[in-house]
Amino acid sequence: MSQSEGGGSLGFALLGSELRVLFMRRRTWAMLAALAAIPVLIAVAVRLSSSPDTPGDGPAFLSNITQNGLFVGLTALIVSVPLFLPLTVGVVAGDTIAGEANLGTLRYLLVAPSGRVRLLLVKFAGAAVFCVVATLVVVVVGAAIGAVLFPIGPVTLISGDTVGVDGYVLRAALFAAYVSISMLGLSAIGLFISTLTTVPVGAMAATIVLSAVSQILDLLPQLSAIHPWLFSHYWLGFAELLRTPVDLTVFGENALLQLGYIAVFGALAYGRFSTKDILT
Amino acid sequence: MSSAELAIETTALGKSFGRQAAVADLALAVPRGSVFGFLGPNGSGKTTTIRMLLGLSAATTGQVRVLGEQIPDAAASVLPRVGALVEGPAFYPFLSGRENLRRFDTANRHAPASTRSARVDAALDRVGLGHAASKAAHAYSLGMKQRLGLANALLMPRDLLVLDEPTNGLDPQGTREVRSLIRSLASDGTTIFLSSHLLAEVEQVCTHVAVMSTGRLVAQGSLDELRAQGTARVVVQTPDGADARRVLASLGLVPDPDDGLTADRVSAELHAGVHAETVTAALVRADVRVRGLAVAGASLEDRFVALTGEGFDVAE
Repeated sequence: MSQSEGGGSLGFALLGSELRVLFMRRRTWAMLAALAAIPVLIAVAVRLSSSPDTPGDGPAFLSNITQNGLFVGLTALIVSVPLFLPLTVGVVAGDTIAGEANLGTLRYLLVAPSGRVRLLLVKFAGAAVFCVVATLVVVVVGAAIGAVLFPIGPVTLISGDTVGVDGYVLRAALFAAYVSISMLGLSAIGLFISTLTTVPVGAMAATIVLSAVSQILDLLPQLSAIHPWLFSHYWLGFAELLRTPVDLTVFGENALLQLGYIAVFGALAYGRFSTKDILT
Repeated sequence: MSSAELAIETTALGKSFGRQAAVADLALAVPRGSVFGFLGPNGSGKTTTIRMLLGLSAATTGQVRVLGEQIPDAAASVLPRVGALVEGPAFYPFLSGRENLRRFDTANRHAPASTRSARVDAALDRVGLGHAASKAAHAYSLGMKQRLGLANALLMPRDLLVLDEPTNGLDPQGTREVRSLIRSLASDGTTIFLSSHLLAEVEQVCTHVAVMSTGRLVAQGSLDELRAQGTARVVVQTPDGADARRVLASLGLVPDPDDGLTADRVSAELHAGVHAETVTAALVRADVRVRGLAVAGASLEDRFVALTGEGFDVAE
């Protein structure tokens, strides 16, 4: 057998296999179902409540839902960002390497041989795909349930302008992209933690705890100096996307910050995993 | 033996966990084309060695060459030619047997995707799992998992198979199948490195043996060489036990002490130079009535116990 046979593979086949394994797990579907339940619960609760809405109470856009069902998806996303989304991302990212080590499949992937760097890249890519899918589930299910239970129509933006449904779709897509990107830094942290242990639950818990710690630190005014460096700093900064014209400054700053986290924790994960003794 | 003829060669290989040396100063030489039995009691460093051979863990000291190339540096080009069953099989419980194999095959960059389905099914058939291929792996019995692990090692044509306790959990029928599988693979020219604590297993299929004890290699060579190092025994069945003892003693042998239970059975270790026929002639000359005389070659088990110590204590 020649060594070059199929040697040009960049890992897309392995990524396909990775996604197959991820999405053939019942756990993944349970998490996506839980995320989908958030917009459904919000929509049903608002629909059933007889009390008139008090603008300013509850999450942003909650009061807009009765006038326009399209806001359900955005409201649900805002509700999910601080806790539910990082929870599911923490589970997937924390499981990446530690889960394989725990099953014992890591040694068989490595002797296949997958290559350690290639496996790490594929694992991160898989977690990133999950971030996008999880975000889309919330937005799409929200838009669907909103359309069923409430009237839909032109959307009034924060800037006072009104856009049609197509303008809304563009902004919802931007919104979803923003939130997905926001989760990438956390995914990289989870990947690194996952290379440190063979106990996936530990890596998941540690990742989720870090996301909470980062958000708490971001609330303390005494620590304002480090706020711009916290990976959760821009998590709720998507309001700028609901103005006309769309202001992409925060989008860019967030993307840059997340890229920084990916670079740092990706390098740490590489440093750890490339020489790690696989003893499980 | 030159390096080119060795499938596995380690020099001064050592692995320490903290202060504890799991493997020390190991010099393995596995000839190409051999069926090499890697023997040792639990905790003697067999699996630690195998992990280093496959690049899963780094050696603390020394070097590893597999199929002529340095491990772990050349792992990417060597490992596709190596099939392995390490420390028991491991699978994704929620995937079917077939999906599990597809997953591992995809991880091998050198495995062509176009033949994947055919190769996976052929490997499943080869270990007798064709009928259970679509079943989720968590529903597999221990023996079926072991077979699936073997199938994983056979996904591609291999130059070397590293099999760690391949018959673990198999019923006698399965053990026989694995044995004949190993023989047929070996006859195709595949080198087989078989780790086991089952001596009978090794004795039946292996051409070469290495014995580990507490992290060190205590014997290595062809099966015949290793057997020859053991001493043969002569066993005489006779009603004239006392006379027979005297004759054996006169030949310079040391008859085993009379245990009072088997007075008609006298045995002694044969020295070099004192052959069985010498004993027969001497007994006849002394008018000792002989019902039977047998020479028992040293069994590998005796040799194994002599080398590694007896008892159930896991080596420290």
